[in-house]
Amino acid sequence: MSDIRERIIVNRGLAQMLKGGVIMDVTTADQARIAEDSGAVAVMALERVPADIRAQGGVARMSDPAVIRAIQEAVTIPVMAKVRIGHLVEAKVLQALKIDYIDESEVLTPADESNHIDKHDFEVPFVSGCRDLGEAARRIGEGASMIRTKGEAGTGNVVEAVRHMRTLMGQIRMLLSMREDEVPGFAREIAAPFEVLADIRKSGALPVVNFAAGGIATPADAALMMQLGADGVFVGSGIFKSGDPARRAKAIVEAVAHCEDPAWIARVSEGLGEAMSGLDVRTMPEEERLAVRGR
Amino acid sequence: MVIGILALQGNVREHMANLNRHNVQGHPVRLPGDLAGIEGVILPGGESTAMRNLVSSSGLKEPVGDLIRQGLPVWGTCAGVVLLGRGGIWPFVDIRVERNAYGSQIFSRLVHARSALSETPTPMVFIRSPRIVSAGREVEVLAEVEGDIVAVRQGNILLTTFHPELVDHSPFTASFIDMVRVRSACSDETPAPGHCPKETGRAV
Repeated sequence: MSDIRERIIVNRGLAQMLKGGVIMDVTTADQARIAEDSGAVAVMALERVPADIRAQGGVARMSDPAVIRAIQEAVTIPVMAKVRIGHLVEAKVLQALKIDYIDESEVLTPADESNHIDKHDFEVPFVSGCRDLGEAARRIGEGASMIRTKGEAGTGNVVEAVRHMRTLMGQIRMLLSMREDEVPGFAREIAAPFEVLADIRKSGALPVVNFAAGGIATPADAALMMQLGADGVFVGSGIFKSGDPARRAKAIVEAVAHCEDPAWIARVSEGLGEAMSGLDVRTMPEEERLAVRGR
Repeated sequence: MVIGILALQGNVREHMANLNRHNVQGHPVRLPGDLAGIEGVILPGGESTAMRNLVSSSGLKEPVGDLIRQGLPVWGTCAGVVLLGRGGIWPFVDIRVERNAYGSQIFSRLVHARSALSETPTPMVFIRSPRIVSAGREVEVLAEVEGDIVAVRQGNILLTTFHPELVDHSPFTASFIDMVRVRSACSDETPAPGHCPKETGRAV
């Protein structure tokens, strides 16, 4: 096992290299190659995309290692994969498969309703979902090397990702402007480890890269999340559930790189074909919401 | 002094901060218009296929290629090495590069190794880095780790397969800023005699 501080530099560092990029959900080697050729900076190897997990129901678990291996062999970009919240053995299995990043994800059915994985115990880095600064800070405290908004995966509806990103960035701005003697109370209020908040105040920013995820379906959605402060985006069901995946994938990559240029986004958005059909999160029963899993 | 940083994808913010630590201003380059007035350019780490696609669609391939040919100092880190080696989008350096040659993230690491630039070992952060498999005669090898070439210079181009921008002090950052300073001094009306490099980038 290498020195822990060095591990933190290289593991947070890999996420830093992904900034300004798009990470795409794929379920086959062919899809992985399409994603790589379209300019994805990494792929998330899955058996089913979130929209199908939602539709089919049942317990969603870590993917079959054969699916993951086939995707690892198909591309040279980093390959990520999901484990259930708290399922440390699934995570050890992914580490044994030499996965590049583990997503401890609310999209799968949680294995533990009280505890997350102790991510310091791994050499492979983790990305974790969050809805606000408290959740982000707890995950960072547990050793996550990257965070993402939870959004509401598999809906094609960006509203929850927007809510989570605005909440997170707003709370960071609040933290940076408050008096020193207000920090401990704020830490208790949002149930965040004090040391993580102190670290953010010292450096003026989150110590890890922060992507947007959950419901991003169009180039404009992706650019919106970038403008709200995301370092990059995950697109799950949005690409391979759409009419023309390769074109949509390229267009989203371009929209992220040129997120401040509306004319550019207009051009890449032309004639993309059908986006995935969306779900209204407001009318969704609480038990169907994925974002509430794992606090 | 203003140094451009290719800002389509990757480790842009860290290169910006690294230049600022050295009292140099960085300028993001996304479109050809952003190249005006820059005295050097950095190609950051990131994913080389993504960067390559975006360089083409943003219309940067030709104008950046022209500037390199005219002698603009260029520093490629990690993915930037892939873009500037043989088979890259700007194949100006006579090296053969293997992408992601060390395997998955578990093999990424920080090592302290000697280089031609400093008496003391330099911290080098390797993250799923490419490997320079071979280098032509015009290429000056600046550092090797366990038999692999990890840093080279050819004329106006500096390449590092690791990430000097992720550490506080690296002689490679200082060396690149120096290359830019020398070139800018030589482009002035009355260059100091004998101090200006003659080489310019040439496609191989």
